[in-house]
Amino acid sequence: MKKLILALSTAAILSVASGAAQAATKVCFLYVGSKTDGGWTQAHDIGRQELQNHFGDKVETVFLENVPEGPDAERAIERFARSGCELIFTTSFGFMEPTLKVAKKFPDVKFEHATGYKTEENVTSYNSRFYEGRYIQGKIAGMMSKVGVAGYIGSFPIPEVVQGINSFLLGAQSVNPDFAIKVVWVNSWFDAGKEADAAKALIDQGVDIITQHTDSTGPMQVASERGIKAFGQASDMIDAGPETQLTAIVDTWGAYYIKRTQALMDGTWTTQSIWDGLADGILQMAPYTNMPDDVKQAAMDTEAKIVSGELKPFTGPITKQDGTEWLKAGEEADDGTLLGLNFYIKGVDDQLPQ
Amino acid sequence: MRIELEKRPAHSALFSMLSPFIALGLTIIAGAILFTALGKNPFDALYSFFIEPLTELWSLHELLIKAAPLILIAVGLSVCFRSNNWNIGAEGQFIMGGVVGSIVPIYFHEWNSFVVLPLMLIMGMIGGALYAGIPALLKTRFNTNEILSSLMLVYVAELFLDWLVRGPWRNPEGFNFPESRSFNDSAVLPELFPASGGANLGIVFALIATLLTWFMMRHMLKGFEVSVLGQSARAGRFAGFSSTKMIFFAFLFSGALAGLAGISEVSGAIGRLQPDISPAYGFTAIIVAFLGRLNPLGIFAAGIILALTYLGGEAAQISIGLPDKVARVFQGFLLFFVLACDTLIHYRVRLVTAIKARTEGEGAS
Repeated sequence: MKKLILALSTAAILSVASGAAQAATKVCFLYVGSKTDGGWTQAHDIGRQELQNHFGDKVETVFLENVPEGPDAERAIERFARSGCELIFTTSFGFMEPTLKVAKKFPDVKFEHATGYKTEENVTSYNSRFYEGRYIQGKIAGMMSKVGVAGYIGSFPIPEVVQGINSFLLGAQSVNPDFAIKVVWVNSWFDAGKEADAAKALIDQGVDIITQHTDSTGPMQVASERGIKAFGQASDMIDAGPETQLTAIVDTWGAYYIKRTQALMDGTWTTQSIWDGLADGILQMAPYTNMPDDVKQAAMDTEAKIVSGELKPFTGPITKQDGTEWLKAGEEADDGTLLGLNFYIKGVDDQLPQ
Repeated sequence: MRIELEKRPAHSALFSMLSPFIALGLTIIAGAILFTALGKNPFDALYSFFIEPLTELWSLHELLIKAAPLILIAVGLSVCFRSNNWNIGAEGQFIMGGVVGSIVPIYFHEWNSFVVLPLMLIMGMIGGALYAGIPALLKTRFNTNEILSSLMLVYVAELFLDWLVRGPWRNPEGFNFPESRSFNDSAVLPELFPASGGANLGIVFALIATLLTWFMMRHMLKGFEVSVLGQSARAGRFAGFSSTKMIFFAFLFSGALAGLAGISEVSGAIGRLQPDISPAYGFTAIIVAFLGRLNPLGIFAAGIILALTYLGGEAAQISIGLPDKVARVFQGFLLFFVLACDTLIHYRVRLVTAIKARTEGEGAS
């Protein structure tokens, strides 16, 4: 056994040394968190494993975890580029500038940055329309909530999160026009203690459904203890709340990673700015559980309509929080506005931190 | 029965000098055992850690980038610690240096002039020094414990920076993401040898600070004053030195260097302000200061070694798939052995049995 391990590790070193000469395509992943965080980074790592399993010997995947955003990220990306990585996925917003900097130095290496907005000849930006899933959650909340108020645990007030809050509320208001949301910001992507405290505070204020744009299962556990319902985030969190989770937005990057690696192998990789949604399978809904059949049916119908393109969550008439009109009846929000979204719609009981 | 540490009457000069090397050796042995237990070839792992980052030119540049802030901060802290002032808040002074130094490139982002950079650096030093002045003032005025006050000010600085980049200093063209404008070219610390890698002037500052501080401690009255007051405030007073002035000097000096490190990092390696500008450099530098035995030249070497373990940790992750956590544990080994060796040189471990303790107690009464 020991000999085998030794041989394998030596082989690994050799394969690094010979780099491009090998037939296997080297695909590298940069993670901001731990690959077992139960949320965001774990979802990316599952995608990496799917990529590895799909191609077997034809690809070699490498990752670096817990890399801080800033100069450390730049060095890590450069190290990837120099160690023979042909395709590099950098999976956090804060990796955008470092990715662009390194990409400039290595025009032959392809880079893909998640959740940013800048692209280059050899840098693609890819993102997921998480807000589509939030609309379905809102629909469910609108039908399930008795008090008509949901609690929303936010990470940082960046456009992606604001989209989610607004979309959730639009879904809920399509059932109950008076539906409202209370928001608590925890200023962290992953802090189980703070997230749980936020959930407690929200429940004490009378909300009877909790949803979150943070990555730990803390809120789900608090909701279970208090006997109310909640939605999971980034990964299926049903284990944390078997009686509690209504559904969850599940990030499924695997298919995308496979598609892009295939494109690289075929020589058809070109730069793109990708913002895929439910229809493309980049996000999926966890099974609809702990709800009556009519709610489940409504949720499935909504999902089908979003997938078919019949329903776009950000379609007017929509009124901003301050009472002014954002979208006229039938008007759809363009992606540019959504990517810079910095205002709430009517019904959010919170001031957006400016 | 209990275990006691007893101060040695005299410690061996030879072992004092050898101690860091013994510690390094022990770390390597312990690390090799750890790697083997994880099923990795220990030679490959140690190679990735200590040699691989040194085999390429660009990687040497990265080493200097990583080491520069650690050295700058630690050199300042060494003066502080030698004078018996415990500034634990270098992280906050680093951040405030970055913030104050960034005022110019953020408010006058179209101003392209050779004056910009020197102005930023000076403002960064002032920012760090003034922020370090707060615990000094609290200590001299109200006799506040500077360990607590300087530490707590770190969190204030972090939140202040966070508020700035999400609020008033947020890039108006940045889609609401929490970061400032990118600095223009005249506000970016120049690279030393752009052809081969990204190392910037930061390491030159670190080198200058190291040499000047070494000179001050070795050949100037100020250095003597620092040592005397640090070893015995009473003796210092007899010599006519003022502890109050020394407290301010130590904090302002270390704060200014931490501030310089902060603005150098923001201007050179990052190029804008963002919520996180430091992977805990201010705290790691405390370790560097002690690893270098509070001697500026030793600190320079220690900064390079610690930076090497960071780079080596990454290399080991990529080339042999060693988990990130193990790399951290390995770093922990190094610090543990350094402290253990130092302790055992200055102290002797003694087993005290119950009977012996009792007779000693009687003897004392």
